[in-house]
Amino acid sequence: MIVANGKPLEEIFDLVKDHRKILVAGCNECVTVCEVGGTKEVGILASALRLHFLNQGVEAQVGETTLQRQCDREYVVGARETVEPYDIVVSIACGVGCQFMAEEYAKIPVVPGVNTSFMGGALERGVWSERCQGCGTCLLAQTAGICPVSRCAKRVLNGPCGGSTKGKCEISKDVDCAWQLIVDRLKSLGRMDDYETLTPIKDWSTDRAGGPRTRIKEEVVS
Amino acid sequence: MSSTTPSKLEKMLKAGHQAVTSECGPPRGSDAEAIKEKAQLIKNHVDAINITDNQTSVTRLCSLASCIHLKLAGLEPILQMVTRDRNRIAMQSDILGAASFDIHNILCLSGDHQSFGDCAAGQNVHDLDSMQLIQTVRHMRDEGKFLGGDEIKRPPSMFVGAAANPFADPFEVRVPRLAKKVAAGVEFIQTQCIFNLDKFERWLGEARDRGLLEKVYVLAGLTPLKSAGMAKYMKNRVPGMDVPDEVVERIAGVPKEKQPEEGVKMCIEAVQRLKEVPGVAGFHIMAIEWEEKVPEIVEGGGLYPRPPLD
Ligand code: SF4
Ligand code: SF4
Repeated sequence: MIVANGKPLEEIFDLVKDHRKILVAGCNECVTVCEVGGTKEVGILASALRLHFLNQGVEAQVGETTLQRQCDREYVVGARETVEPYDIVVSIACGVGCQFMAEEYAKIPVVPGVNTSFMGGALERGVWSERCQGCGTCLLAQTAGICPVSRCAKRVLNGPCGGSTKGKCEISKDVDCAWQLIVDRLKSLGRMDDYETLTPIKDWSTDRAGGPRTRIKEEVVS
Repeated sequence: MSSTTPSKLEKMLKAGHQAVTSECGPPRGSDAEAIKEKAQLIKNHVDAINITDNQTSVTRLCSLASCIHLKLAGLEPILQMVTRDRNRIAMQSDILGAASFDIHNILCLSGDHQSFGDCAAGQNVHDLDSMQLIQTVRHMRDEGKFLGGDEIKRPPSMFVGAAANPFADPFEVRVPRLAKKVAAGVEFIQTQCIFNLDKFERWLGEARDRGLLEKVYVLAGLTPLKSAGMAKYMKNRVPGMDVPDEVVERIAGVPKEKQPEEGVKMCIEAVQRLKEVPGVAGFHIMAIEWEEKVPEIVEGGGLYPRPPLD
């Protein structure tokens, strides 16, 4: 899923300071799971905004809504009646949701209330870890199921680099060396011979480098 | 074995001599005098001089320009190139730039992570990794082609090197990793600073048993310690560095003012011991900002005068 992180409240206060009718819009998917943008967080942010305006002695109206998905036009369009009475939307969905809202509501400013971080999973409650950068040509079969693109600080495809120490990456003792993990797993799969296969120069054109990507599944497009 | 490039370093190694290289870090400014002076200090004692490429990710005068300064002064530079800061277009272009000045040696590295340097907030590129850069240079030189397939007019003629760190983890891939670099086409290796000589010998022995030393020249990397503080720093703070306790204890055991002398002595002893190890093709002396000690180490290690090449 997409993992995000709430923006500091002061930053959000600053983003909305010129508006008096503010809608906080959450999303029921990834940001709900990573506990920054679901119904609960919409309520918390809306209360914080109300309190902030109250303290400022400013009269403002703060509304709350949570869409099923902000990254889906159908739901974004469906929120029209809720959205249009407001003069700014603080989206606490991921950056995709925030943009979908902005694209749909051309006359209403839409600002992000979270920093969208990465694609990852939950290691435990409250701890999420990056696993994929969507490079568009997956290498996991060659790397024993551990992604060097997203998990190696230098994105080396033939690692480890010389900085790997006691299983940790050179950037920090708190970060696993992806290549240590790859080697450990190759070993446990009895595939150490594969280690010596050179990973060829990667075609990054399916990555961000190739420009914005669009995927069309012909049989579904009406 | 005949040389494939005009590199002096390659000729020295192919003639069967133990080669000596050293390195100079470029200044943090545009005055090239500093690097020329450093190089002059060591030029009679080494066969070639590495120029580091924004080492530890701190922005400096570029390796390529520094190499050109050395080349114009009649010295033999080794262009270090890290994959951190440039994509494949920039790297191929810089390789051609170097070749246009007849720079005949290159060392292919991934580079330290930028979080260690003066631009921790910067992007890193890593379009290629060090192995892929080795392949790129070999492709440009041997096929006379760009990665994109087009022909290069006057291809680069470079002796291709890389680094190896026998002490990084996991140890069991240290020899396979060398094998991988050999498969990628590397021709010489300069190792990480060796303080744990036993472990280095074990690594080299395994490389020899796999027949790798018939395909690649290994230059043992050595750094003279200046103080017990430096030994401790390298032991505890520099990633991938193996400084055994007895090394720290030995230098810490002499009075502070005698520590630099002791460090040089330890370095000379390391040369003397490793010189006799089969498969050590030469030495790479990294006297970080202490270039004036290189002649003493080379002489003390019995590597001077440098053998003539015909
Ligand atoms: S190789 Fe690419 S697609 Fe596969 S997990 Fe890594 S970043 Fe994602
Ligand atoms: S230490 Fe491991 S994870 Fe970190 S940059 Fe090097 S190879 Fe990648």
